[in-house]
Amino acid sequence: MLTILFFLSSGLFLGWSLGANNAANIFGTAVVTKMIKFNTAALICSVFIIIGAVVSGAGASHTLGELGAVNELAGAFIVALAAAITVMWMTKTGLPVPTSQAIVGAIIGWNFFSKTPTNINSLYKIVGTWIFSPILSAVFAFLLFHLIKKIVENSKIHLMSLDSYTRIGLLLVGAFGSYSLGANNIGNVMGVFINSSPFKDITFAGLFQLSSIQQLFLVGGIAIAFGVFTYSKKVMMTVGSRIFKLSPVTALVVVLASSITLFLFASQGLYDFLTSHHLPAFPLVPVSSSQAVVGSIMGISLAKGGRNINYKKLSQISMGWIVTPVASAILAYVALFFMQNVFMQNVFK
Amino acid sequence: MAKFFNSKSKQLEGDIDGYLDRVTKAGLIFQEGVKAYLNGKMDKFERNFKDITALESDADNVRRDIKHKLYTFMLIPESRGDVLGLLETLDDIVDICEKVLEQFSIETPEIPEFLKSDFLELSELSCKTVEEVVKAARAFFREIGMVSDYVNKVHFYEHEADDVEEHLKRSAFNSDEIKRFSHKVHMRYFAEKIAAVSDVAESVAERLSVYAIKRRI
Repeated sequence: MLTILFFLSSGLFLGWSLGANNAANIFGTAVVTKMIKFNTAALICSVFIIIGAVVSGAGASHTLGELGAVNELAGAFIVALAAAITVMWMTKTGLPVPTSQAIVGAIIGWNFFSKTPTNINSLYKIVGTWIFSPILSAVFAFLLFHLIKKIVENSKIHLMSLDSYTRIGLLLVGAFGSYSLGANNIGNVMGVFINSSPFKDITFAGLFQLSSIQQLFLVGGIAIAFGVFTYSKKVMMTVGSRIFKLSPVTALVVVLASSITLFLFASQGLYDFLTSHHLPAFPLVPVSSSQAVVGSIMGISLAKGGRNINYKKLSQISMGWIVTPVASAILAYVALFFMQNVFMQNVFK
Repeated sequence: MAKFFNSKSKQLEGDIDGYLDRVTKAGLIFQEGVKAYLNGKMDKFERNFKDITALESDADNVRRDIKHKLYTFMLIPESRGDVLGLLETLDDIVDICEKVLEQFSIETPEIPEFLKSDFLELSELSCKTVEEVVKAARAFFREIGMVSDYVNKVHFYEHEADDVEEHLKRSAFNSDEIKRFSHKVHMRYFAEKIAAVSDVAESVAERLSVYAIKRRI
């Protein structure tokens, strides 16, 4: 048990930092503008992240598995550790934190080390989705912004009622956003451990089954929730108020647009529905919620007439697409070498 | 939860509407009071003065209550400061309406016949600025796009009031009918006091147009 926990620890650490960083994307503005109390936000966020991870986390994780099936626990430990360190380093330099990019880079690093061929189709699918997701978010935000603006302007809602509707809206959208985040991003945290999962399937009184993967995701979800409770407030107060100086209604649009994007790239149900009707389906790929949020903000800027487009932010995102995976891959390769030759652990089969 | 938030905000909506009603009423009582004074109906004037004094303290209580609710129930934290600022400046309108009638009651200025029409017109224009600024305030809460329409009307009536005030003062100082210089100065003082109502209304309107820009989605 102790060995398992030790090897899982890097994934749990990655989960913790994911929770600490990404809760601000969902509830940052609501908490900073005091529309929602931090404890309420953190509770809703944690519960729905865990539900999303356990119920709908498999799809996006599967795609990571296709990219490279990390098949030894010690190898998975290193892959997650390399990603976590890269994320920490990226956070220090003030870039938006793309956990998805870091883990993909680390997996490719493992592929190189274990001389497993990288599935090029999966890689194309993943990289294409990264570029597509902020654009899609921007489109959603653009449309939603116009829709909500029309509704607010034509309905003559009193400022007080508008305030309470916004508050309820922020809670509901926050819950949806947390669910989508859990579903889409649990693969980043626990995906590499799937093929070496130490858990066994459990059935509760024959009614309800929790597979070994779901147990893994539950543990990962709890790690994310822990990050939300222990550290996200700090992130919200510093990063949240500086980057996302939005009004509560605009924040609602941003979170909703980004959450829909994350949801589309994580929903197995939607994928099956679309493919069964021979329609083009959204690939199930972990995407970066920070980048989806930046995309949404761009969409709103465009809707407002194209002012304040932050080109520096845009270039930072594209930097993230390249620098993060490369750094993470190199780090993973070097660390795997040490793990194998210094600590004498098998990092691949 | 929806019900909890809603009942509180609905209650507050009612309070704010009630407060705005009181501001409009203050403007109307003010106008009626000045009219009664000019027509020499002193009984009616004193009744108006008593009414506006009661209204002023009532409006203060309502405003304090709104302030308390805004803070204790964490309502509209984003624009809470603006709403409170708005209510405080609206309160200045009620205050000055009361103060002017009080001055009339204490100083009982002697108004010559040829200045009465100007005084009447000035008080009517001041009352109109109050009515329009209250409409602008209501629009701020319900229909943000309409605020500038009412604010423009406030500016228009305030400008008219300035013209009448100037005309009144010139007539007073150029007149041979008013013998004493002190009497002329007294007329000027009351002209300025009545016009001050429209000035306060205009400053509220200025505030409102800034708030409206801030609240634009």
